[in-house]
Amino acid sequence: MGRLWRFEDTIDTDVLAPGFYMKAPLAELASHCLEALRPEFASQVRQGDILLAGPNMGVGSSREQAAEVLKYLGIEALIAPGFAGIFYRNAINLGLPVFTIGNEAFNHPALYDGAQVSLNFDDARLTIDETGLSLSLDPLPEFLQVLINDGGLVPHLEKRFSAQQQE
Amino acid sequence: MQTLAEKLVSRASGKADLSPGDIVICKVDLAMIHDSGGPRRVKPVLERLGCNVWDSSKVVVVTDHYVPAENPESQAIQTLTKQWVVDQEIAHFYDEQGICHVVLPERGHLAPGMFCVGGDSHSPTGGAFGAYMFGIGATEMAGVLATGEIWLKVPETILIRWHNHLGPMVTAKDMMLATCRRIGMGGGRYQAIQYAGEAIADLSMQDRMTMSNMAAELGGQAGLIAPDEKTLAYIRDAGGQVPDDWQDYRIETAGSDGEVIDFDAVTLAPQIAAPHSPANADDAAVFSKTDFHIAYIGACTGAKYVDLAAAARVLKGRRIASGITLKVAPASLKDQQRAEADGIMKILEEAGAEFLGNACGICAGYGEDRLAEDQVCLSSTARNFKGRMGAASSKVYLASPYTVAASAVTGQLTDPRLVVEG
Repeated sequence: MGRLWRFEDTIDTDVLAPGFYMKAPLAELASHCLEALRPEFASQVRQGDILLAGPNMGVGSSREQAAEVLKYLGIEALIAPGFAGIFYRNAINLGLPVFTIGNEAFNHPALYDGAQVSLNFDDARLTIDETGLSLSLDPLPEFLQVLINDGGLVPHLEKRFSAQQQE
Repeated sequence: MQTLAEKLVSRASGKADLSPGDIVICKVDLAMIHDSGGPRRVKPVLERLGCNVWDSSKVVVVTDHYVPAENPESQAIQTLTKQWVVDQEIAHFYDEQGICHVVLPERGHLAPGMFCVGGDSHSPTGGAFGAYMFGIGATEMAGVLATGEIWLKVPETILIRWHNHLGPMVTAKDMMLATCRRIGMGGGRYQAIQYAGEAIADLSMQDRMTMSNMAAELGGQAGLIAPDEKTLAYIRDAGGQVPDDWQDYRIETAGSDGEVIDFDAVTLAPQIAAPHSPANADDAAVFSKTDFHIAYIGACTGAKYVDLAAAARVLKGRRIASGITLKVAPASLKDQQRAEADGIMKILEEAGAEFLGNACGICAGYGEDRLAEDQVCLSSTARNFKGRMGAASSKVYLASPYTVAASAVTGQLTDPRLVVEG
């Protein structure tokens, strides 16, 4: 259960991980996450919060930090009507779940900024705590579900390498 | 019939029979990384996995983001990069030679049929050579470096056909801004975009690279162009090898499920994209009388040799307007040297240009020259997202090098055809 952070529009990698702070340690970079749109975001986001953003989320750079700062700040999952390809791959590789949502559900008035929500990963359902209303998200392909369940690409490869060594 | 994308993925995955949407594992022919997303990010992952680079002859490392190293953090990144290259016995390291997407083909690393990944979002640039090339993040790159493999969802193809021929002072950059305007930044749907038609055949290889480069702005995974004699001539000239089977990749189809989008090159006017999206493009004339401060000719998209030559064509015998600063960051050292030999750099200098290093520079908002509060920039680069090139209150318009140069002369956003007679 967490707070829903709703961004109506597309958010790009430059607002998630601004270029000027890219050489800084992750904690400092994260403190500037989304500051061009919502200066309070980085200081107020809490572990378990959910980020809902407009179409083509994560458009722009290949910088993985765009997804990494969100994970670092405690975001539990990302939901959008669509994701930019590289960002989508990066999030999954870092073990940060990403769900696509239909346009109708995205525009549902219950999904307002600040709503308390709960996410069921296995069923790909988002529940609004206040009313119990439940919205379905598009499930991840099985291949990607495995990556997420392993905790991302690196733990997945660790598992694969150790299995190879045992053979 | 297979699309070019399917043909390339088929070769890399060893699966003859595949359909869009299938997830396949591909063998990587070449992995390119730079100093920002490269060694400093992949080294800890490889150490955690306890392995080295799978094939050091297939890895290319380029420094282009934190150069010139202006501060201790940037210097530390360069030191780490150089040490890693030595430790991993990387065969191809280009230190401060220019921007990775331009350096890679100019040193003969790309050829039709290859399957490549790059640690940068503008990696689709490689598609101009009939290779499947796309950008990935650092963790995924570490996975590639550890295994030599990557998963891929077989893409659909969006075939963008440019019919007829471009008019004077209209370029590949204008074609791409017009495409962004038509289909939007998500219009590529992370599929393979392929460009075809007479106007594409007309383009030089570097102009074709601009087309493929900005497939990233369309949200495409790759930006392919089928190889022709121009492709082969470029590769041979760069010291690369043309594969015997290159003709197998002369495929131009969207397949049975793909989408075809047609444009007429002859009616295309020079384009300008307003802040803060490349999709905010319109005819340059629409923006006349708009003031700006900085004219920037830079980046992999907009400062290759052909781009410098275009700017010089406008600026020859002219001076930039008072109140305008023109900054030029040639995309590679080789391109700069060629432009010096041709007198192009001298023309730019005499017009009042200031020169920056052969690096990503202001485009990525990394250097000390980044835009200040409320500055308005007209840029030959690919992206004008809010705050990307500097302060959050800065504004960036995008255009071709012709339009940037012509506007620098008049001091306001200008259709270059008003400054230079065809």
